[in-house]
Amino acid sequence: MDAVSVLVLAGLGAFHGLNPAMGWLFAVALGLQERSRAAVLRALPPIVLGHAGSVLVTLALVTAARLAAPPRAVAYGAAALVCGFGVWRLVRRRHPRWVGMRVTRWELAGWSFLMSSAHGAGLMLLPVTLGGGGTAVLTLTAGAVAAAAVHTLAMLAVLAGVAVLVYERLGVAVLRRAWINLDVVWAVALIGAGAALALTA
Amino acid sequence: MLVQPDPTFYPSAREAMRAPRELLAYVALLDAGGDGRPDALATVDLDPGSPAYGTVVNVHDLPVAGDELHHFGWNVCSAALCPYAPHPHVERRYLIVPGLRSSRIYVFDTKPDPLRPVLVKTIEPETILDRTGYSRPHTVHCGTDAIYVSALGNAEGDAPGGVFMLDHDTFEPLGRWEVDRGPQRLHYDFWWHLGHDTMITSEWGTPNMIEAGPDLELLLGRQYGHRLHVWDLRKRVHLQEIDLGDQYQMALELRPAHDPTRTHGFVNTVISVEDLSANIFTWWLDGGTWRAEKVITIPAEPADPAVLPEPLKQFGAVPPLVSDIALTLDDRILLVSAWGTGELLAFDVSDPRNPKQTGSARLGGIAARAAHPKAPGRPLNGGPQMVEASRDGRRAYFTNSLYRSWDEVFYPDGISSWLVKVDIAEDGSIALDPDFFVDFSADGRRAHQVRLQGGDASSDSYCFP
Repeated sequence: MDAVSVLVLAGLGAFHGLNPAMGWLFAVALGLQERSRAAVLRALPPIVLGHAGSVLVTLALVTAARLAAPPRAVAYGAAALVCGFGVWRLVRRRHPRWVGMRVTRWELAGWSFLMSSAHGAGLMLLPVTLGGGGTAVLTLTAGAVAAAAVHTLAMLAVLAGVAVLVYERLGVAVLRRAWINLDVVWAVALIGAGAALALTA
Repeated sequence: MLVQPDPTFYPSAREAMRAPRELLAYVALLDAGGDGRPDALATVDLDPGSPAYGTVVNVHDLPVAGDELHHFGWNVCSAALCPYAPHPHVERRYLIVPGLRSSRIYVFDTKPDPLRPVLVKTIEPETILDRTGYSRPHTVHCGTDAIYVSALGNAEGDAPGGVFMLDHDTFEPLGRWEVDRGPQRLHYDFWWHLGHDTMITSEWGTPNMIEAGPDLELLLGRQYGHRLHVWDLRKRVHLQEIDLGDQYQMALELRPAHDPTRTHGFVNTVISVEDLSANIFTWWLDGGTWRAEKVITIPAEPADPAVLPEPLKQFGAVPPLVSDIALTLDDRILLVSAWGTGELLAFDVSDPRNPKQTGSARLGGIAARAAHPKAPGRPLNGGPQMVEASRDGRRAYFTNSLYRSWDEVFYPDGISSWLVKVDIAEDGSIALDPDFFVDFSADGRRAHQVRLQGGDASSDSYCFP
């Protein structure tokens, strides 16, 4: 993995961490409900686990495909998938609806997995991870795990920072202005990333 | 689609209290003449700086007659900020307006011109019946994941009544809400404690028990509703039944605390068959069990039988008939409409199990016919009924019609309708605004629920304390 890849993976992680719908808001809500900062912090590991799970599943599927199919076919397939998902996000703007305010840790992880998957969190990483060379099982697996790790660590750092900052200092009223709708931007970015993937294959 | 969240969404009721003052009210008007005139949605100017302040600035007649508009609500509200199903960039712009008699639901768009909402969709009664099995839609609440609507009965006008959902993008009925209704049969209102994933529902009667007017035999037989039902909001299953006592007939409006960390709320019972009193109960979660106890009793008032309608002559007294309540967003002041005696009462409910009365305003009433300061010589009929508090908790607006066939029994001279306002002081005392009197007598139709532009004390629910 080169420096640019690391930066892009970490940047996307930070972007996901910053998104209120990806988990920090849920952690803050659970903390406010119990009036306890510990409850905010307790919510973070399941949320990050769910997100990492979603990313890993995507990367694992693509790694498996790379072992079974020629690189160009995989690249074109992944490009079509990423583009198609972007188009779907443009057309159908539905929000996941599951669980409520009383959640177990496993439910919280499952919720995070769903939110991340519906967002296409793992798909956005494909253009970066497909760039790495090699065809050996070990190389590919190590690459995917490293990519997921960099991404998830960046996400965790931002998620935890924002959750604690909002809980301790800013208050949730900050949402009223700061919750910028990036749905369309994100969808267009997915389509762009898919196109770039196809062009460089 | 918005770039920032809808500006009328607030994460908490506390924040919503700082919202700007309401400038418009939407009011349901129902026709009682029965000669083919439709109901209507009226717009009232509430901007003190406007020359039209306190007047009706628009009346939108519905396309057909006989709907009997009653309650209505918004497509989305602050619950859209709830963290587990967020959709903060959907706009609060559509009013969902059910016809209680016809089972038709209208969707009005208030965005192109807030003064003149336009009808953009009609859901026919057959569609609602087909998809949900329910009829007589009543209360509308914007939920975290859909629009929830209560219904008083089934196709035949019998039990069970319940709750169904509408998609908050397409407004298509999604189906019955309940997975397991347990012993619940009767239905009226519903609301929730979002912080506890709990729904509470109340009981009035089936359509067949109410549409012809109040049935004295049913009432004396204690057959109208007198229970609360507690539900798991996520699993949609019945958890617990709370019997308030069968002497307390008709458990209607539910006002759970707006603070999601709290578990208490208030419900009014209309009439006690033992002494004609009206009563307010509070419920709360005690360990793992929901409990309720009576916290306010409003007694009947003696009156000369000569001025009383037929069913009340034998008692020589006017029952208060509490028909609606409103709880300010700080969960501090409870407003109580005594439609029979013609009184709006205010209570400080900071300590939910020990309310203290802080105010009273008299208007109309079966015997009193109290006048408004703006029209001092004119006896008014009807009494405080649908009451709605502003988000800052400083004003409340109320109208005087209950339900067509019930209006005729208690006010047989026919209700002449009005919308008035009280100002709520810091100490919880209330005073009629002497300059605010919206008179619907020229229109002839009856004002029912009031919704304030941008939200009010019964329109939104919150996931943050």
